[in-house]
Amino acid sequence: MPKRQDIETILVIGSGPIVIGQAAEFDYAGTQACLSLKEEGYRVILINSNPATIMTDTEIADKVYIEPITLDFVSRIIRKERPDALLATLGGQTGLNMAIELHESGILDELGVEILGTKLDAIHQAEDRDLFRTLMNELGEPVPESDIIHNLEEAHAFVEKIGYPVIVRPAFTLGGTGGGICYNNEDLVEIVTSGLKYSPVTQCLLEKSIAGYKEIEYEVMRDAADNAIVVCNMENVDAVGVHTGDSIVAAPSQTMTDREYQMLRNVSLKIIRALGIEGGCNVQLALDPQSFNYYIIEVNPRVSRSSALASKATGYPIAKLAAKIAVGLTLDEMMNPVTGTTYACFEPALDYIVTKIPRWPFDKFESADRNLGTQMKATGEVMAIGRSFEESILKAVRSLETGQFGLSLKNGEGMTDEWIEKRIRRAGDERLFFIGEAFRRGKTVETIHEWSMIDVFFLRKLEKIVQYETVLRANPFEYTTLRTAKRMGFSDVTVAALWNTDERTVYEWRKEQGIVPVYKKVDTCAGEFESETPYFYGTYEEENESIKSDKKSVIVLGSGPIRIGQGVEFDYATVHSVWAIQEAGYEAIIVNNNPETVSTDFSISDKLYFEPLTIEDVMHIIDLEQPEGVIVQFGGQTAINLAEGLEARGVKILGTTLEDLDRAENRDKFERALREIGIPQPLGKTAVSVPEAVAIANEIGYPVLVRPSYVLGGRAMEIVYREEELLHYMEHAVEASPDHPVLIDRYLTGIEIEVDGICDGENVLIPGIMEHIERAGVHSGDSIAVYPPQSLSKSMLATIVDYTARLAKGLNIVGLLNIQFVISEGQVYVIEVNPRSSRTVPFLSKITDIPMANIATKAILGQSILAQGYPAGLAPVQDGVFVKVPVFSFAKLRRVDTTLGPEMKSTGEVMGKDTTIEKALYKGLVAAGMEIKEYGTVLVTVSNKDKEEMVGIAKRFTDIGYRLLATEGTAKAFQEAGIEVETVGKIGSAGPTLIDVIQKGGAQLVINTLTKGKQPERDGFRIRRESVENGVPCLTSIDTADALLRVIESITFQTEEMGKQL
Amino acid sequence: MTKKRLLILEDGTIFEGIAFGSDEASMGETVFTTGMTGYQETISNPSACGQIMAMTYPLVGNYGINRDDYEAIELAIHGIVVRELADEPSNFRSGMTLSELLTLKGVPGIEGIDTRKLTRLIREKGPLKGILTAAGEEVNVIELVEQVASYSLPTDLVARVSTKKPYPSPGRGKRVVLIDYGMKHGILRELNKRDCDVIVVPYDTSAQEILALFPDGIVLSNGPGNPENVEGAVETIKELVGKAPIFGIGLGHQLFALASGARTMKLKNGHIGGNHPVKDLLSGRTELTVQSHGYAIDASSIEGTGLEVTHLALNDKSIEGVKSTVYDAFSVQFHPEASPGPEDSNHLFDRFTKLMQTSSGKGNFNA
Repeated sequence: MPKRQDIETILVIGSGPIVIGQAAEFDYAGTQACLSLKEEGYRVILINSNPATIMTDTEIADKVYIEPITLDFVSRIIRKERPDALLATLGGQTGLNMAIELHESGILDELGVEILGTKLDAIHQAEDRDLFRTLMNELGEPVPESDIIHNLEEAHAFVEKIGYPVIVRPAFTLGGTGGGICYNNEDLVEIVTSGLKYSPVTQCLLEKSIAGYKEIEYEVMRDAADNAIVVCNMENVDAVGVHTGDSIVAAPSQTMTDREYQMLRNVSLKIIRALGIEGGCNVQLALDPQSFNYYIIEVNPRVSRSSALASKATGYPIAKLAAKIAVGLTLDEMMNPVTGTTYACFEPALDYIVTKIPRWPFDKFESADRNLGTQMKATGEVMAIGRSFEESILKAVRSLETGQFGLSLKNGEGMTDEWIEKRIRRAGDERLFFIGEAFRRGKTVETIHEWSMIDVFFLRKLEKIVQYETVLRANPFEYTTLRTAKRMGFSDVTVAALWNTDERTVYEWRKEQGIVPVYKKVDTCAGEFESETPYFYGTYEEENESIKSDKKSVIVLGSGPIRIGQGVEFDYATVHSVWAIQEAGYEAIIVNNNPETVSTDFSISDKLYFEPLTIEDVMHIIDLEQPEGVIVQFGGQTAINLAEGLEARGVKILGTTLEDLDRAENRDKFERALREIGIPQPLGKTAVSVPEAVAIANEIGYPVLVRPSYVLGGRAMEIVYREEELLHYMEHAVEASPDHPVLIDRYLTGIEIEVDGICDGENVLIPGIMEHIERAGVHSGDSIAVYPPQSLSKSMLATIVDYTARLAKGLNIVGLLNIQFVISEGQVYVIEVNPRSSRTVPFLSKITDIPMANIATKAILGQSILAQGYPAGLAPVQDGVFVKVPVFSFAKLRRVDTTLGPEMKSTGEVMGKDTTIEKALYKGLVAAGMEIKEYGTVLVTVSNKDKEEMVGIAKRFTDIGYRLLATEGTAKAFQEAGIEVETVGKIGSAGPTLIDVIQKGGAQLVINTLTKGKQPERDGFRIRRESVENGVPCLTSIDTADALLRVIESITFQTEEMGKQL
Repeated sequence: MTKKRLLILEDGTIFEGIAFGSDEASMGETVFTTGMTGYQETISNPSACGQIMAMTYPLVGNYGINRDDYEAIELAIHGIVVRELADEPSNFRSGMTLSELLTLKGVPGIEGIDTRKLTRLIREKGPLKGILTAAGEEVNVIELVEQVASYSLPTDLVARVSTKKPYPSPGRGKRVVLIDYGMKHGILRELNKRDCDVIVVPYDTSAQEILALFPDGIVLSNGPGNPENVEGAVETIKELVGKAPIFGIGLGHQLFALASGARTMKLKNGHIGGNHPVKDLLSGRTELTVQSHGYAIDASSIEGTGLEVTHLALNDKSIEGVKSTVYDAFSVQFHPEASPGPEDSNHLFDRFTKLMQTSSGKGNFNA
């Protein structure tokens, strides 16, 4: 069927900020969709609140709106742009929910806007548990015994009938928010209560647990002509019971016979036909390992994280084709973009094994509950491709960047057998490594199967890996042993450890022996047809298919899995760098391992190597490609960390040299450099023992900022106000020693300023300066950033511009740099310099229309900033105000403290822009998911040091009609200032406490700054968690409260009696 | 102790790998299949007679061998090439390993070679004659290459795999005579599922004998090799057309076309695998089909045969199905019985049973 001629303009809804359960995969899907619709000649209007995305680049759509994805704002855009149609199935759950809300509001009918692709009633049928179950019953397809419940009583009644364990799945939430498995009454009360709160329709599904079944997924597509295909099927290594986003997944399925495969394929296609899906869809099934019995678990009537994985695993671009299906094209008239010669109506054949391992944030959140269940907790994932399962999973392990190169745990030998058993029985983030340790201790496949329910097929592979460690150890520098080990995916690091040598020695010896990988193509068809796709993976086989071209090339290292501190913004910069390299006339080669991203779309670069980002894997590519050099400054810390090892092996690092990178990152060298350049930084010293730390702190004065000397993304960084806190920190958070010094800096309270700049060695271009709402001490990634600065004097700005230029030149930066300053008592200090792309690069690029990553890349390649047509110095300030508001995923991570501090905790960000700061903040906060109410009750509990400041804030809240609730101490401070306040009981006091208030919905906002001590039992922690669990916004910084207040003040009116001065 | 084995091809390419299955040396036509599941069905498919089959999916044997998923009792395949053989399968139905089956049935296998390299070679050059033989110092490779190059592929493949005697597979429904050119069990399974009363007859059974069984319908089965090599089949089919509804599958489809006056030709790249899109020109829908053929109907020979093209391969536009415009007879190049592979076109068996019901007497429905 030809494409639709009756529509011209299409509105595409993006997925908003990165949160757990909704990450970069929707930037990939959305970007593909927009480009694909444009390719067909449609006018594309895009709305997305997330500035850190490729899809919000103005080249991707005809018109781009970075506005909150709320009914209010999307409706405004619809009224303004009058699209003919709307495409919402590529923006994750956010996009879908928005489409439903728009439809229900009536605006779509009113303005005649058609919903393209899968129709709303189909979406409802798939997502509403009750409707879905009814449909399955009609189709005669089995679903686990279950019941829809609306309250706790109904939940109890269900369990009485079915028994434990039961699974709770809240309706209409993403990533299983608020769900879980209940083993007893206590679990039931807790999980059902929170599940009902998170479900926008106060509805949960209670379901008989089928834990232990194989979990199988089918990624399917259907067009309006009823052609339906399976793009990929996948088998979760973890049995049913662990959210698929938190499962290790293999593609294609490994342990199903063709009969089982076809049985589940037929079911999947039957379901999408019954639903009338037009586009992509994901079907999750559970298969009994002992029979042909199966259950349908869930259907996602849209592209998803799994479809991004399936696209990268097969090469088949699901989102791109789903968008074309939405405008009426059919699978049998579109070409398969990979081969270019065969049709899209086809099921990819793989000749390799793909493994996905999720990346969890528990390195950041050590107190978090690490058990895995139906609530997804991973922030990102890695994928690896190999010709054996062993190779595939070991490549995935070393792609994770958790310091692990094989199936072993830090201090694994010292653990008790009981502990290991426990951690295998209950799924958690490190289970794979506990299994490795169990095999090392001689536990059998059968035993571990009984503990974990993981299929013996996978366990035997893991056992083989562990067993081969022994062979390797016994045969150092033996050709056949090493070749076999490499074919099993062993890293040089692991081999070196077993051979008591270093990685480099293994690498060199191996090359001498000719044991090097070849590169095979991912072509969707297992080699059956020729294909032009430049998409490769490395493996130890005979024939190499990746041919070096005659053109000069540059390699860009990507940023690996999405994690806290390293999000989609680095992928944004990577992609822009690739484009700039191509514009400069070179061949651009990407190495990355994150299946969710735009950078791993094979159509972005000239060549894509889907490989782990380790020295070994990158060096092999360099050996083959012989590039002009490698660019490391766009791939976040991942790429920067490889620079030293690469240079040591003779690779040219393009841009800022290794020596200069080190100068910015190494504390002592940095201090020296600052002294030379003559720029002040907060007083600080290095301590190697506890007494020394105490002495330094006393010398420079509290509060002090303490952190280990080598620190990534603010890990283990704290502000301490008293000696006892310092001692606690020194004992619990770090172990100070001459090898591991601890840095102690004066903590300066003041305005924090962030600057990004580009330097070509001669000139420095500063696209913009941002001011943080939260004072210094809150990690820059967790602060609200405002462009342009609102409270800086001209001379202060001039100082910052001057310092930035001097730092860039003084540190010999070529490319990007990011600087954080603090202004304390009128003095500008530099806190930190990052000689690389930063989180704010996309934000600033979009505001100023200065393509920073592009200019920086060209500067790196030798084209001066002036020659590129940009002036040196601070770029002209743009009209309007732009704010970047962080977004957190606390609801999904139990036991994590939500207090903002020097350690970054946010997972994503949104942008708000308007003519005034209040309006911009309003949009930013709304886009970040906050409900801003014109009246209500604020519950305040602040620490003594904040009381004075809080009084002013409290007064302003009462002025606009808010009620105040406070605990005794805080209330007293308010009363003394003449502010009306109601006192509520502290935790543990008799009568109703503030916890009851929060649980019963008696407060619309919580302001809490009781932060000291990280033990979960502390009251402040309880209060913050209760707020999160109950969906009440909780502010932990007075500055954020002030900002919010300004917003509310700007949208309400004060009511003051006569006779008083306003 | 692992034994080394060689796969030597007619163009001189040599792969060294590890032996599994039978120790006998074996020659055949080296082809590949892209199916990711279904190795048990694939290697027991009689159409694979005389072939050395490379599996492009690298892990083979994962779920073992079970008693149900055979497509024939004996293996007619000449050899199997895999990247990695699973020696410890995992599936509730698994009764033995793939290697054990091959040893039992005298079929050699080789593992550990770069099967993608082999696949690309075959894609470029077409199917290559090859030999699987033990590796060792005494092996004279040059001699072996010559031997392989001069080896002529057997032409009596159908005779080798067809049943020697007729046998019934009783049901209470329509009487179907199934001519066995190398029949997959799947065809019989589908007919039995529809309660047909099936009699399977040898490929060289005469038309008179077949008609004496009073068939309500006749199925021409799949089978190995070049349709022109099947002696007598075309004449027999000519006599049967119009006497009862006919349904041809695979080789049976090619024979039906030859009997109707069309020609067949060898494809440069044969179709083997479970992901081949075929457009049903009657319904307009595209289905994913299972295919295992190296020959196809020559499109230029259709005119004037009374045949109408009903199915086309989406990718190379080769003919995948025809029907008679005169008689109740149709045939498809692919395998509607699947096993292994997608079951999208399973409904063709319903089309056939319906035809048997509606056909007035002897199949000359259109008259």
